[in-house]
Amino acid sequence: MQSTLLIVLLGIIALAYHFGRKRAVAVAGGPTQIKTLHSLPTYYGLYAALWAGLPALLLLGFWAGFQETVVTAMVKAQLPAEMTAGLSPGRLGLLVNDIRNLATGNIVSSEVTPEIQAAADNYLRLQGIASIALWALVLAVAAGGISLAWRSMAPQLRARNRVESTIMVILVVFSSIAILTTLGIVLSVVFESILFFRSVPLTEFFFGTHWSPQIALRADQVGAAGAFGAVPLFTGTLLISFIAMLIAVPIGLMSAIYLSEYAPRRVRSLAKPALEILAGIPTVVYGFFAALTVAPFVRDLGASLGLDVSSESALAAGFVMGIMIIPFVSSLSDDVINAVPQSMRDGSYALGATQSETVRRVIIPAALPGIVGGVLLAVSRAIGETMIVVMAAGMAANLTWNPIESVTTVTVQIVTLLTGDQEFDSPKTLAAFALGLTLFVVTLTLNIIALHIVRKYREQYE
Amino acid sequence: MSTTAAEVGRATPTGAITAADLEKDRSFKGTIGDITSPNARMVCRDVNVYYGDKQAIKRVSLDIGKNEVVSMIGPSGCGKSTFLRCLNRMNDTIPGCRVTGLIALDGVDVYDKKLDVVPLRAQVGMVFQKPNPFPKSIYENVAYGPRIHGLTNNKTELDELVETSLRKAGLWEEVKDRLDQPGTGLSGGQQQRLCIARTIAVSPEVILMDEPCSALDPIATAKIEELIDELRENYSIAIVTHSMQQAARVSQRTAYFHLGDLVEVGETDQIFTNPQHKLTEDYITGRFG
Repeated sequence: MQSTLLIVLLGIIALAYHFGRKRAVAVAGGPTQIKTLHSLPTYYGLYAALWAGLPALLLLGFWAGFQETVVTAMVKAQLPAEMTAGLSPGRLGLLVNDIRNLATGNIVSSEVTPEIQAAADNYLRLQGIASIALWALVLAVAAGGISLAWRSMAPQLRARNRVESTIMVILVVFSSIAILTTLGIVLSVVFESILFFRSVPLTEFFFGTHWSPQIALRADQVGAAGAFGAVPLFTGTLLISFIAMLIAVPIGLMSAIYLSEYAPRRVRSLAKPALEILAGIPTVVYGFFAALTVAPFVRDLGASLGLDVSSESALAAGFVMGIMIIPFVSSLSDDVINAVPQSMRDGSYALGATQSETVRRVIIPAALPGIVGGVLLAVSRAIGETMIVVMAAGMAANLTWNPIESVTTVTVQIVTLLTGDQEFDSPKTLAAFALGLTLFVVTLTLNIIALHIVRKYREQYE
Repeated sequence: MSTTAAEVGRATPTGAITAADLEKDRSFKGTIGDITSPNARMVCRDVNVYYGDKQAIKRVSLDIGKNEVVSMIGPSGCGKSTFLRCLNRMNDTIPGCRVTGLIALDGVDVYDKKLDVVPLRAQVGMVFQKPNPFPKSIYENVAYGPRIHGLTNNKTELDELVETSLRKAGLWEEVKDRLDQPGTGLSGGQQQRLCIARTIAVSPEVILMDEPCSALDPIATAKIEELIDELRENYSIAIVTHSMQQAARVSQRTAYFHLGDLVEVGETDQIFTNPQHKLTEDYITGRFG
C-alpha cells in the first residue's frame, strides 16, 4: 500500500521536474530568453521536484514509522474492559499480538473468540482509514509543494542556490546518520558495561588473574560463582598479536622494500596485487587454515622435538594472523616508501651510495614514522581479529607467555559469552560488553595515534 | 679561435662557417667553437642519449677543464640537464635511458662495463635543482658521504671533515651552534649550501650543478654564485642554468644547447658579446627561449 504510494510520489517528482523546467523556460519568455534566468532551467526543474517530493517523502516516512503504533494503541483502548481486566502487561501484549495476527492472516496462539474477531476487524478498519488518510495527506502535501514552486517561478528566483543548499542539508543528514549510529553503538556498550561494573568491581576486572565467567543463570542451576579477572584475556590477546606482528612486520616490510625499490615495473604490477589478494581472503578461511592445517602441523613439529604443544596453540593462531596482516603492513609501508621523494634517492646516489645504503640510511629513516603508523594500524587489526582466534586459539584462559600453550583472547570470550542462552542482568553476559568496551578503547587509541603519525609524516613531504 | 667539430674527429661539414651562411640557414650544422679545454678533466665525445626511441642528446662533444666553470644554457628541453646527468651516470636510474659515445674522467671511460659507479659518483658530485637535504641532522647530512665511503677513521676526523666542508660551503658560521638540528629546517638557500657541503665532503674532482639557484631568492642566489667562484679553485664545475646573467657571472666557458644539439661553445665573454651561430644569438638576445 505504502510502496504504491511511494512509486506514485516518485512519478509526481519526475513530472514536477519536467514541468518545472518547462515553466522556467516559459517564464523567461521562450528558449531564446534563457539567459534572463538566474539559473539554468534544470535547476528550476530540480527546485520544483524538491518542493514536490521532499515534504511529502518526509511525511510518508514519518507516517510509516508511527502508523502501526498508533493503530495498535487505538485497538487496545477500544477493547472491552472485561477482556483486559486483570491482565499483566505481558499477557496484554500477547493478546494484542493475537489480534494483529488474526487481522493479517497469521497463526493465532489461542482460541478465536468473537471479541478477538471484533477487535481484529476493528484493527483492519483502522488500518484502512489510516492508509486512505495517508494517501490524501501525502498527495495534498505534494500538490501544495508543487503549487508553491509553481508560483515562485520567476527569472530572479535563485533556483541553483536553493537546490544546492538543500542538497547540502541532505548530505549533512546522511552523514549524521553514520556518525550517530557509531555514537549509539558506543553508548549502548558503555551503558551495559556500567551495569557490569556495578556487580563486578573495576579492580577485579582489570587486575584479577582468574577468568571463569560460568555463573548460574537460574536459581535452581548448579554453577560456579564466576570470576571476572580479565588479565589472562589481555595477555592472551597480546601474546597472539605479538606473534602475529613478529611474522607480519619483517615479511611485510621486506616485501614493501623489494616492491617499491628493487622490483622491475612488471614484477611490481604482478606481485603487488598478488600480495593484496591475501587481504581479500575471508578471515573464516584463515580460521580453518589455522585450525586444520597449521595447528596440527605445529603440534606434530613440537612432538617431534619432544615438546608438548597444545593442539590449539597461541603459536598457530598468531602465525596465521600474522599472514593475514602481511598485506596491511606491506601496502601501508609501500605507500610511505613511495612517498619519499625521488630527490632523496638522487641525492644519496649522487654521493656514491649504493641502492642498499640508500634504502637503509635514507629511505627507511625518512619513511619510519609512516611505517610505525602502518604497524600500529596492523596491531589494532590484530587485537580486534576474531574469527582466526575463535577457531584456532581455544577457550582456556591461561595466564601464560608460553606460545605453545593454549590461550584465549578478548574477542573469543566475547563470542562465547554472547552465544547460547543469556540473561541480560547476569554479569556473565554483561562481561562481554565490558570486554568490548576495553577492546574498543584500545583499538581506537591505537588508530588515532597511528593516523596522527601517518598524517604528520605525509605533510612533511607535500 | 673558431674550431669546427671536424677537427676533433666529428663527421660534420668542415670549413669556416661565415655569418652569411648562418643567415641563409639557421639550422644546426655542427658545433661551432672550441669544445676542448687545455686542462681537460672530463672529456666527452659524440655522446648520444636515448630515452626509449627518442634521442635526447645528439653527438655532443665537450670538455670540462680543471679550475673551470662551464655553464650550459639553452631553452627548456634542449637536453642540457640530460647531458649533465650523463657525466656521473645519474641517468642509470632512469628506466629506458641509453647512452653511447665516450665520456672519460681523467682518461678513464666512465661508461666502461667494468667501472663501478660508486667511486665515480664520489669523484663527480652533483647538486640538484631543488635543495634535497636528507631528513637527518645538519651534521649527519654532511657526514653521510664520508661514512658510506669510509673516508675518516674516527669521530675527530669526521668532525673536522664536516667542519671544513661546511666552511667551504660558507655555511659553518650560520649552523655551527645547531649541527644536531634537522637539515630540512634550514632556509632554501642554506639547504642548497648544505647540499653543496655534502657534495664537497666526499672530495670530488668535478661538481655538477643542475640549476642550483632556480628555487632560491636573489640574495641566496648571490651567495651560491659567490661560492661557485670560490670552489673553482679546487674543483671543475659544470653548471646548467636558465639564467643567462648567471652563466655570464659565474662561468669561464659557455655551451649553448638546442634540441639535443650542442650548437656553440666558447669563452663566456665571446658567447655573450659575439655569438657565431644565429640560434645562439637569437637565444641570447631573447628572441626565443
